[in-house]
Amino acid sequence: MPTNLTRRQALVLPAGVALGSLVGRSAMAAEPVKIGLVAALSGPSAKSGEGITRGITIAIDEINARGGVLGGRMLELVRRDDESNPAKGQTAARELIDKEGVAVIFGGIDSPVSLAIVPVMNAAKVPFMGVWAAATNITRNGADPNYIFRLSAVDVLVDRALIKHAMTSFGSKKPGLMLVNNGWGESNLGGLTAAAEAAGVKLAGAEKFDDKDADMTPQLQRLREAGADALILVGNAAPGAQVVKSLQRSAWTVPVVSHWGISGGRFPELAGSWAGKVHFVQTYSFFGRQNDVGKRVLAAMMAKYPDVKGPGDVTPPVGVANAYDAMQLIALAIAKAGSTEGPKLREGFLGIESYQGLIKNYTKPFTDTNHDALNENDYVMVRYNGDQIEPIAG
Amino acid sequence: MLATALVSGLSLGSIYGLIALGFTLTFAVSGTVNFAQGSSVMLGAVLCHALVVGMHWPMVAAIPVALLACAVWGLVVERIAVRPFVARGTNSWLMATVALGIVLDNVVMVLFGKEPRALPSALADDPWVIGNVGIFPLQVLVPVVGLGLASLVHLGMHRTGLGLKLRAAVENPDAARLMSIDVTMLIALTYAAAALLAGIGGILIAPLYNVAYDMGTLFGIKAFAVAILGGLTNPWGVVIAGLAYGLVEACATTWLGSSSTQIVTFSAVIAALALAPSGLFGRRTKVRV
Repeated sequence: MPTNLTRRQALVLPAGVALGSLVGRSAMAAEPVKIGLVAALSGPSAKSGEGITRGITIAIDEINARGGVLGGRMLELVRRDDESNPAKGQTAARELIDKEGVAVIFGGIDSPVSLAIVPVMNAAKVPFMGVWAAATNITRNGADPNYIFRLSAVDVLVDRALIKHAMTSFGSKKPGLMLVNNGWGESNLGGLTAAAEAAGVKLAGAEKFDDKDADMTPQLQRLREAGADALILVGNAAPGAQVVKSLQRSAWTVPVVSHWGISGGRFPELAGSWAGKVHFVQTYSFFGRQNDVGKRVLAAMMAKYPDVKGPGDVTPPVGVANAYDAMQLIALAIAKAGSTEGPKLREGFLGIESYQGLIKNYTKPFTDTNHDALNENDYVMVRYNGDQIEPIAG
Repeated sequence: MLATALVSGLSLGSIYGLIALGFTLTFAVSGTVNFAQGSSVMLGAVLCHALVVGMHWPMVAAIPVALLACAVWGLVVERIAVRPFVARGTNSWLMATVALGIVLDNVVMVLFGKEPRALPSALADDPWVIGNVGIFPLQVLVPVVGLGLASLVHLGMHRTGLGLKLRAAVENPDAARLMSIDVTMLIALTYAAAALLAGIGGILIAPLYNVAYDMGTLFGIKAFAVAILGGLTNPWGVVIAGLAYGLVEACATTWLGSSSTQIVTFSAVIAALALAPSGLFGRRTKVRV
């Protein structure tokens, strides 16, 4: 077998190797960075998953138009439907990590699903970004190092805002609680009790309901007899609508202040003519004066989605806005880390200095002790007007 | 609080009783039941929604069409999931009816979608208010329809030629066949009637609740508990058991709180069955050995 190279071969071979290496590098550069999403894409909370998808997509389009991340790698969204089921969410998260090799996973509306995914992410050392589920212990989960980040409301802070709104807008001195009978309801029971104590008001009582309850008048009657002068509602769209229908049936015109779960589905349709009476919390409203980012996102939404003709059609706004800002922060974290490896990316999140976003101007959004980018100063109170979500004046 | 519990309990209890009547009909004649009776509840509500909201039919036209479809579905259940297994002398109809219900639920999920939808009704928008208690007109209609249908079933069984044939088939199917009574057809008819009753339940509850592909599951389970409690063979017993179940459920929530509802209700069912194993109003079957 000949082993001696001719002069020509000696010249061509290194050139070929160099060329091959360049081609290889450019192929690597073209490899997309996969971003996972595990959320309710079907079922009663399907609208939440659609909102989150749209927010991420608009941000990804902007980032990719700027040339992507890590020197030209495009971002690609990979979605999985958890059907609001914690076991399905956990399986989907594992599959996205093991088979798809995602750099980060976005979570959806359901706190029980996010709580099930948290240990999977911390064990796999892959960052998780919550953009809706608000249970306090999703980010404050005791893990060290903690790979769970959130750009969304936090129950313990929302609970303070809900009690404050009931007191200031409706003069409530004795609010009653209507809570969904699951981990999210439990998370808020603790938060609302503490918030009421801190605000110096006494609770009329705390009642629970299941997602499939057909009539909630008995629970409401208990609160009514206990002297409730406002209701704090924690639940998703379908059972939340049942609460409102049961109120209508009882002809009890008590003010209702709600957590934002009701905005994740067809609440106005299901609740009927009383839907507009409910005040609820969001992190952003596309109505009113917008900053430059707001104008840009609204224009992009209207250009990309034919059903979006104005600010009222960006529903649910919380899903879109949180997901948009979170995706931009992820791109900054990837740039800071110079890598998509979990541990480096985690450090990247902690290293973000500032970002002018849709919801606010973020400064050091994540630190070692705080993995929640939003706080109670970032909430707005809104209500439904028909299908549209509008801020409450005043 | 008592008045609220009564209104809530009687209204939901009538629905449970209505669905449970279907179990009674088929069990009395054939000794079998459609375990997916809840799916027929869902079918009535979903079809009514599709016609009224989707195709803008008037409610009066949509209801008979939806109910006819439910009756046809009842015939299909009997033909596919019951008759072949009974003919072979096995109890596999038990699993087959459950499986067919799951198939229907999932087909509807694909066609109708997973999101719950509303079925608006003028009877469930403006409540009548007396003191602290409000009631939708539909909630008054529900027990009236429930008791009216129970009366019809009773009269039909005891005052009509078809009822006579049914009772003959119940007493002695072989003798009935010898008297040229088509027992097979009678059984199929009771399945159609059972699905129709469930469909009525679904249409009545839809404006008060909502319409979803999986809405029938819980109603079906509760209705079966009611049917057993009432004594499977007694139509009046089943309706009364339905009302009792609804009242216990509402009273437990009202006085003990929502966390206790299922514990109290199902414990009450177990206690009642321990005291009266054939149900509160059922006949004890004598078995000759």
